Amino acid sequence: MAVGSVRVGATPSRAGLRVRELLDRERFLGPAFVTPALLLLLVLVAYPFVMALYFAMSNAFIGRPSHFIGTRNFVALWDSDSFRQTFQNAFVFTGSAVGSKLVLGITLALLLNEQLWFKRLIRGAVLLPWVIPTALSTLGWWWMFNSLYSVVNWSGIALGLMDPPGPNWLGQKYYAMTAVIAVNVWRGLPFFAICILAGLVSIPKELYEAAEADGASASARFWNVTLPLLKPVLAIVVLFSTIFTFSDFNIVYVLTNGGPINSTHLFATLTRQVGLESGQIGQGAAISLYLFPVLAIVVWIQLRFVRRQVY
Amino acid sequence: MAVRRRPLLAKVLMHVGLAPFLLFALFPFYHMTLTSLKTDRELYDRAAVPLVIRQGPTLEHYQKLIWETAFMTWTKNSLMVTGMATTISVVIGTIAAYALARLKFFGVGTFGTGIFVTYLVPTSLLFLPLAQVVHWLGLADSKWSLVVTYPTFLVPFCTWLLIGYFRTVPKEVEECAMVDGATRIQALWRIVLPMAVPGLVCAALFAFTLSWNEFIYALTFTSSSDQFTASVGVTQELIRGDIYFWGSLMAGAVLGSVPIVILYVFFLDYYVSGLTAGAIK
Repeated sequence: MAVGSVRVGATPSRAGLRVRELLDRERFLGPAFVTPALLLLLVLVAYPFVMALYFAMSNAFIGRPSHFIGTRNFVALWDSDSFRQTFQNAFVFTGSAVGSKLVLGITLALLLNEQLWFKRLIRGAVLLPWVIPTALSTLGWWWMFNSLYSVVNWSGIALGLMDPPGPNWLGQKYYAMTAVIAVNVWRGLPFFAICILAGLVSIPKELYEAAEADGASASARFWNVTLPLLKPVLAIVVLFSTIFTFSDFNIVYVLTNGGPINSTHLFATLTRQVGLESGQIGQGAAISLYLFPVLAIVVWIQLRFVRRQVY
Repeated sequence: MAVRRRPLLAKVLMHVGLAPFLLFALFPFYHMTLTSLKTDRELYDRAAVPLVIRQGPTLEHYQKLIWETAFMTWTKNSLMVTGMATTISVVIGTIAAYALARLKFFGVGTFGTGIFVTYLVPTSLLFLPLAQVVHWLGLADSKWSLVVTYPTFLVPFCTWLLIGYFRTVPKEVEECAMVDGATRIQALWRIVLPMAVPGLVCAALFAFTLSWNEFIYALTFTSSSDQFTASVGVTQELIRGDIYFWGSLMAGAVLGSVPIVILYVFFLDYYVSGLTAGAIK
């Protein structure tokens, strides 16, 4: 009824009518609607990506003409200690962080799925680390890990868990990596917990009732009902998180800037150091492109198995 | 009695199990806020208990942040960049999502896949060449470079989120309107969009949050203090050589998060649904 009264002007001009007619045809309206997005992604995503490929295969240096040198950058990186260390760090960091987030995320989601007091408040608190700007919240962690005034060490010593003065978190190799992973887990855990919770909620109650009637214990119900039915959700969450953990920048940049002696550098932070701070754009681009195989694999898995039904 | 006590005990145990998670999630914010309110004398007293304020709270770090640094300029820049990038992205994302969810045209499948793939491309893969593009566009060291580049990750996100919402609006409602003489654009504007308002709110909220939190582009494309966003300004300008102004740093971290916290308090449910929709739909 309300729609019937909608009219474009009293007497539309001929040209106006033509445009109107064109806009009603899906073959015209569709492309017209996706053009802005398409242009944006071509100019500011696809084109820079091609440029990254070109830079990586050149000896580009800030303010100097560049020449094509093929795959020499990619190969030369393996002679650099800092790159080999970074390569190793990236896998240690991603593996430990995603693994911890998965285990803790399932635990937290199971707890959140129970009948709780102040359910909304608790959910809000749990999600908070995920919405606060990472660079700023990491500053807070930086202060918590400070070598002189660390509240982590103070609490550890007060509880008798550490011997004074406690570890120098950001100044020692393995402690620094632990600290960086801990902050990544802190920031990424809400994403896991909330997504897994959504998966838990969608499991039909009847399955649990049937399992209980058959005499299955709580742990048997978890392994034989919950976990198999959560698998699709877990797969998506792990794939997403793998990409974004592997390519993490903010946490390492603010907390350690790659140190001590490159022991916490990730591809993104090393890219910045080599490509911008030292001006070796070619080398920097080659480092960032080492992110690409992992990205490609994850995208392929997603398209092949997870989202096949959509497109 | 025994029947009633067991569930209660289990319930208490659940909360006890949750306590470490809540402590882990919230302690950094508590400690940040506490530090920003302490006097320097107490802050740097190694014999003091770091978990409480004994010598009275003070606002001196906040005063210093606001009057002696460019913090207000950074915040204004953040608001400008975030506001514009969010608006642009939601508009472009809405029409693209409508086309992908409803219309049949040449290349629709390919474009949908393309959007999904760019949704997964991390910003840290592209910031180096993008810095060159920004330079060629004449936007080097300008906050406008961020208005232009933020939509590259916001548009795929908004489009992806909104496709899901548009699919929940029944096709018949729209077709009815068109049978009654409305054009497709009118049907979209008067029927489909009003029904997808929760989705639009969700997309806008996430776009706002993602661009407020963005760091690597802002850090790379701007280098003058008057162009910085809040995150970059606080991390770059409050540390001079080896001197850290911890009180003001923490005050900056707290104040820089305020806009997001306000949105969060009012729209918590949208955040929860958007988070799962973005990953799972």
